[in-house]
Amino acid sequence: MPPVILRVKEAPTGVPLEAESISPDLFADRSREEIEALPVALGNESHRLGDFFQVEGERSDQIEVDGSIPRVKWVGSGMTRGRVVIHGDVGMHAGSYMRGGEILIEGNAADFLGVEMEAGLIRVRGNAGHRAGAAYRGSKFGMRGGIILIEGDVGHEVGAYMRRGLVVIKGNAEDFLGARMAAGTICLFGRAGLRTGGGMQKGMIVCMHPVELLPTFAYDCIYAPIFLRILFKGLKRLGVQPTPQQANGLYRRYHGDLAEIGKGEILIPA
Amino acid sequence: MGRSLKIVGGEVYDPANGVNGAVREICVQDGKIVESCTGAAEIIEARNLVVMPGGVDIHTHIASPAVNAARGFRPEDHRHGLMSKRPGIRSGVGFTVPSTFATGYLYTKMGYTTVMEAANAPIGVRHTHEELIDIPILDKGIYVLMGNNEFILKYLKAGEMEKVKRYVAWLIRSLKGYGIKLVNPGGVEQWKYGKDVESLDDKVYYFDVTPRQILKALSWANESLGLPHPIHLHANRLGIPNNYLTTLETMHALDGSRLHMAHIQFHSYGGENWGGFCSKAVEIAEYINAHPNVTTDIGQVVFGDATTITADGPWQYRLYKLSKNKWYNQDIEVETGCGIVPYVYREKNYVNAIQWAIGLELFLLIRDPWRVFLSTDHPNGGPFIFYPWIIKLLMDKTFRAEMLKRVHKRVLSDTTLPKLDREYTLSEIAIISRAGPARALGLQHKGHLGIGADADIAIYPKDDDREQMFEHPVCVIKDGETVLQEGEIVGSRDGKTLFVIPPEVGEMDPEFKTEFENYYTIEYENFPIDVEDIPNPEAIPAGAAR
Repeated sequence: MPPVILRVKEAPTGVPLEAESISPDLFADRSREEIEALPVALGNESHRLGDFFQVEGERSDQIEVDGSIPRVKWVGSGMTRGRVVIHGDVGMHAGSYMRGGEILIEGNAADFLGVEMEAGLIRVRGNAGHRAGAAYRGSKFGMRGGIILIEGDVGHEVGAYMRRGLVVIKGNAEDFLGARMAAGTICLFGRAGLRTGGGMQKGMIVCMHPVELLPTFAYDCIYAPIFLRILFKGLKRLGVQPTPQQANGLYRRYHGDLAEIGKGEILIPA
Repeated sequence: MGRSLKIVGGEVYDPANGVNGAVREICVQDGKIVESCTGAAEIIEARNLVVMPGGVDIHTHIASPAVNAARGFRPEDHRHGLMSKRPGIRSGVGFTVPSTFATGYLYTKMGYTTVMEAANAPIGVRHTHEELIDIPILDKGIYVLMGNNEFILKYLKAGEMEKVKRYVAWLIRSLKGYGIKLVNPGGVEQWKYGKDVESLDDKVYYFDVTPRQILKALSWANESLGLPHPIHLHANRLGIPNNYLTTLETMHALDGSRLHMAHIQFHSYGGENWGGFCSKAVEIAEYINAHPNVTTDIGQVVFGDATTITADGPWQYRLYKLSKNKWYNQDIEVETGCGIVPYVYREKNYVNAIQWAIGLELFLLIRDPWRVFLSTDHPNGGPFIFYPWIIKLLMDKTFRAEMLKRVHKRVLSDTTLPKLDREYTLSEIAIISRAGPARALGLQHKGHLGIGADADIAIYPKDDDREQMFEHPVCVIKDGETVLQEGEIVGSRDGKTLFVIPPEVGEMDPEFKTEFENYYTIEYENFPIDVEDIPNPEAIPAGAAR
């Protein structure tokens, strides 16, 4: 099935464009004219998708965005199938509430990437902003499943309130990585910021570089977790290649946050 | 001259006037129900439809600084229930704590036209009035919290009952309130020192008065001022296992004088601890059946999301410990407290399932429908939008049996609900949701369709699925104007604010002003609310002293 290609006609620069219409679920059964007529919001004005994008192709759950759209929000929000490829940057809330399918971002992603997603895969070649895979303000749980793979750096509070799923970050993270997480796994290959895992209840954070831990984390032991070998085997298929040292080496295990129930784990190579 | 209309051919349920399903013509002129219209009247064809007075909710939390705090406290709640604006209709959000405009529309969509906001700290009443003014269509009134007011406690300590009465009258008059609300009398004051009262005879810290004294004093003040509604009481020890003994003792303490027990479901629990949690609905219902001075609303639990908002600070702390959810706690100056905890009632949790069953048991076991009213204690037991679902549970025992199969199995063995065969009739539903609350509130022009009543009318389709029927009125008329047609709000108008003018019982002492200014964060002159500040006031005169 040939993909639907969206070419940026007139990129919004000031007020961002809210385009939850860019979703394979909506494109799959629509002709080109119908796709062009899908609604998008610019501030409080309602517009057509065709006003901002030139649409090529129709009736496909494969979408390609040709160009950078850093001011376009909610791309692929709530999608359940198909594939969205963005040849450039993307705006906030991309892949939020996602329930299946794949999003590939070749540039950078803004804040709230894959927030509260339930399943599916999001890959970012560049950096991601704050709160990727986390919860929206006030929600009890963040990401509930699926995989987010970020090849660059990320911002604050990534994976906060996570409930399940996997976040892999090849670059560095800022503060509060995995704060208050309830379960799930975060794998950080770069350096972490302050207060990693603050308030975490369960779940696991693997940090490949030494981390300044909160005093409410307690050291347990040095061991070679078998789980990590299985995880890394899976990651290989996604193109993440840990060093043999990382894959088979020993890790120091800390548990916390003891200010909460303290069943979370932080692993740091020994 | 206002609009005239005639509703013809409908089956009328107007229990206050003894009309039970007879086909009657209802004539409306100038917003009131009249014998016959003088000129040409618009005809509303209601053949095969059910005509009832507009609903009256005696106990709900829809506006106040506490509700507003809950809105801010629960952003996740406001991601649901989005309502977009249309010409003449404002937008809104929220599920358990909807925004003001949404609240008005949602109540109207069930055929409700009068609601009572049930808990207001005096200092927050100005805010509450502002919010109530924003809630469209509905008529509304507020109860003022007095059970832990330090002025009242101080007067009680000194044994100055006349001062209590004068203060109560001053509060109601200056705040444009409708009635007296007590929340955990004595307990909230005690909570300011980290404790709760364990029984009616525990002494409150420093003031050395007991909940029993507070209850009796405020009940006496209420009756001697001749206020239309009895004291509206949220009794001590809400939500705690084995609290039914306190509840019985409370009702007994006020033996003979009028009393409204709010959300009694939360006060009918047995068992020594949470493990032995069980229903004592039978005992409570027996007492209420034998004592015609007591009215009650149920506070039915609805499965799903709820936000508990109450002045009962110590209980909210316990609920926070139980639910491990987020918690909001506030000390409101010299008046009361406030706590907010979001909560989810689950079918498979035995405590929640038994709570659900206790509410229904009480509905079915209290024989006189004029003394038991429909409420979920919105949003504490669940949002008010589930009233039609509760009506279906009451009217349809097969549906009840289906629900019993879904909930935790301890309901089958530990409550009498599976054995109860009673089904409410339409007339009884009209009583518990309209005529009864209006009577208990002393609103003589609400809750019925007799001559002179306000033309607040709900017309429902006939449907065997009672939930569908009460969820989708065909037409709702408020003060003689059609506000809802075919499920859509067609004419948003402002509702009235109902308040009571208490009799003159003398001015407050001159030293009261000094004390007020010593202990309050606002100026004495800024405290009373001018009637000019309320766009559509409707004063209800107090009756004779009882």
